[in-house]
Amino acid sequence: MSAVEMAHGHADPHHLHPVEHEGPAPKRIVTGFGFWIFLLSDIVMFSCFFATYAVLAGQTNGGPSGAQLFDLKNVAIETALLLLSSFTCGMASIAADLRNFLWFQVSMAVTAVLGAGFLVLEAIEFIDLVERGAGPSRSAFLSSFFSLVGCHGLHVTAGILWLLTMMAQVVAKGFRADIQRRILCFALFWHALDIIWVAVFSVVYLLGSAA
Amino acid sequence: MFGKLTLSAIPFDQPIPLISGGVVVLLVLAVLAWIVIKGHLPYLWSEWITSVDHKRIGVMYMFLALLMLLRGFADALMMRGQQAVALHSNGFLPPEHYNQVFSAHGTIMIFFVAMPFVIGLMNLVVPLQLGVRDVAFPTLNSVGFWLTATGALLVNLSLIVGEFARTGWLPYPPLSELTYSPGVGVDYYLWALQISGIGTLVSGVNLTTTVLKMRTKGMALLRMPIFCWTTLASNLLIIAAFPILTATLAMLILDRYLGFHFFTNDGGGNVMMFMNLIWAWGHPEVYILVLPAFGVYSEVVPTFSGKPLFGYRSMVLATMAICIISFMVWLHHFFTMGAGPEVNAIFGIASMIIAVPTGVKIYNWLFTMYGGRVRFTTPMLWSLGFMVTFILGGLTGVLVAVPPADFLLHNSLFLVAHFHNVIIGGVLFGAFAGYTYWFPKAFGFRLHEGWGKAAFWFWLIGFYVAFMPLYAVGFLGMTRRMQHYDVPEWRPWLLVAGVGAILILIGILCQITQLVVSISRREELRDHTGDPWDGRSLEWATASPPPVFNFAVTPDVTGEDAYWLIKAHAKQQGLEAKAPDYRDIEMPKNSPTGFVSAFFATIMGFALIWHIWWMVIAGFIGAFATFVAFAWRDHDEYVIPAAEVERIDRANIEERRGLVTIAGGA
Repeated sequence: MSAVEMAHGHADPHHLHPVEHEGPAPKRIVTGFGFWIFLLSDIVMFSCFFATYAVLAGQTNGGPSGAQLFDLKNVAIETALLLLSSFTCGMASIAADLRNFLWFQVSMAVTAVLGAGFLVLEAIEFIDLVERGAGPSRSAFLSSFFSLVGCHGLHVTAGILWLLTMMAQVVAKGFRADIQRRILCFALFWHALDIIWVAVFSVVYLLGSAA
Repeated sequence: MFGKLTLSAIPFDQPIPLISGGVVVLLVLAVLAWIVIKGHLPYLWSEWITSVDHKRIGVMYMFLALLMLLRGFADALMMRGQQAVALHSNGFLPPEHYNQVFSAHGTIMIFFVAMPFVIGLMNLVVPLQLGVRDVAFPTLNSVGFWLTATGALLVNLSLIVGEFARTGWLPYPPLSELTYSPGVGVDYYLWALQISGIGTLVSGVNLTTTVLKMRTKGMALLRMPIFCWTTLASNLLIIAAFPILTATLAMLILDRYLGFHFFTNDGGGNVMMFMNLIWAWGHPEVYILVLPAFGVYSEVVPTFSGKPLFGYRSMVLATMAICIISFMVWLHHFFTMGAGPEVNAIFGIASMIIAVPTGVKIYNWLFTMYGGRVRFTTPMLWSLGFMVTFILGGLTGVLVAVPPADFLLHNSLFLVAHFHNVIIGGVLFGAFAGYTYWFPKAFGFRLHEGWGKAAFWFWLIGFYVAFMPLYAVGFLGMTRRMQHYDVPEWRPWLLVAGVGAILILIGILCQITQLVVSISRREELRDHTGDPWDGRSLEWATASPPPVFNFAVTPDVTGEDAYWLIKAHAKQQGLEAKAPDYRDIEMPKNSPTGFVSAFFATIMGFALIWHIWWMVIAGFIGAFATFVAFAWRDHDEYVIPAAEVERIDRANIEERRGLVTIAGGA
């Protein structure tokens, strides 16, 4: 990234816009902005699954309800893993800003391990549910549960694949400007998944266990 | 090995799809053979297929739209023909085939004609109007186009391999569930739309970022041409609405493939949820289509009236108001399905309110023409045709927005007439106006006026002859999607409608002739200056066709109607003698990423439709490998030296000098 672009990217956020529009934004801003918009669209998609879950949560079709199925301890560990991974992902972003290769790779690797741990726990939960006869085709409630939580899980899986390619790219290409922009986007993605998980945790598991 | 796919998937016993499909396959093969034998393939590959130039991508979008228009219109002719003869008889289309025809007609016309047409126009024009060299994400833009093309390919493939959905253009459950639609038709629909939907979303992200972050110096938001504003509104709607479509179709896919119970009758599924979700996307979709068309009219009317647009700020406000209200009216698509009087009343009122900003726009266009020196060129004729036709469609829309009236008219041919009235009269006329208006910008020569006017009149009259009878026959109680009927009073109206379809056919033939004639007489239709219509916005400030970098020196904007101000300045002062300060320009390199991802998306889509699981995995691995390979590229830009920029620009400046002198002398 050139010095000029850096200067734009780190401009004082409290600086008032001059009356004249200054022309196209630098690439880092454009890329980050575009990715934000994509994330918003992704959140709209999740909100459909949330809405569906809210409509169908009571439709157990004579089968088990959330209160009978959910294991809050498991979910608490999942949540801890994911929140921690968000922290290590933040560390990776800082390391990338400082162009510290070792800390970047370590933080990303820890993020990947935490993410994978989350996925394993989720998979165990899903397999257990299916074995107890509470698979997604048992009832509309379980269909919407598996879709919402599974959709988040698929995003985490994609995130880990992306994470691994980012680690490889830094090895192969170093902290080039375009690689830095991708690290920025990846970090946004990973944190967004965390936010969505907080909603899943609250709406599905906490409310579901209380009911 | 091949999942559900066997030789019996090819409809050897049904002559109509077999023969038409065969002819299309032969035509495609012939065109491909011609390209290869004539040695055009390298040119096509390097200049078009792998191009990341927004202008080329825009042109390809519109080419796709025009091709699909022919397919969709062929379906329309079959339906009009069938209903013209199907009194007390089965006509020539058996029910299962007729159902596929109307489903394919709607799907193709919305997703593969109207959408690519408006997205193509936005791609071609918006960066030029913003005075910039490129869009925000050029390679992703190409991916978006090719994924849309994949969707179109899959829908058309269903003509010869298997079948298409028989569920209408929106696959309402429970009919679209596996129980009642066990074939692959609905799966073709679902995967084609999922893939092209991703393409649309990518395009939405790209264009929104372009408008918000990529404007030239001085191009404040409130100096943008209205077409840029409507592009912004339309793409914001894409970002907010298309994920809903993706989620909804994903749920239907899960129901069909893995036995989930989202919309099934059993297991606690909720059919009404599908109606709500699909229309929460579907109604904004209408405005995704029509807002860019409004933008086109807002460019065409001032240009050919020789006046600035009346009420620029109210136009911006109306556009953004429509953008927001369009999300609050979806329930009017199913007033009859038991939401209760209070809910129906709220949505009915919201639906009437959305007519207000639309009315504001109509008045603005009228006042723009008032006192102007109106030139009745083809784009202007389409705009005038739109104003008359769209007002009629809007009024019938307000009529069906009244719940008690809707209870009588729901799913009747009155409704069919209404939405064709707004979509043909609003979106398609706008697309044609934009096509004629910006064609010289894209290709460097104008379209033939005579054939263009002939096409307009046949389309306009054909439209009225085809659809006014449908209003009447709707009042007489005829419901939509009827393969045959037993009421003799309907027959005369349907015969007249058939005549209208033939008039529209003549209109389309005129358009094809216009294209052929214009290409063969391109030298006399050549646009030398880059400003054939005496335009007002920045796309006319560069050559036709523009160089790959759009502007040798990016313009500095000082107010609304940026190019008009530049011209006024030049007429007073003469063109500046001082040579512009040319610099090296960096442009993105071509990339096959879009084409390759679409290739794998096609394989994956086809394999998912036919349950060929190994092929799904292979397609996925290919797609992921493409992603990694794309991420691994080192240099994605190349440099055009300042001297080359100067050489290209100087030629255009010379041509333009004549323009200013003549205008100055007049």
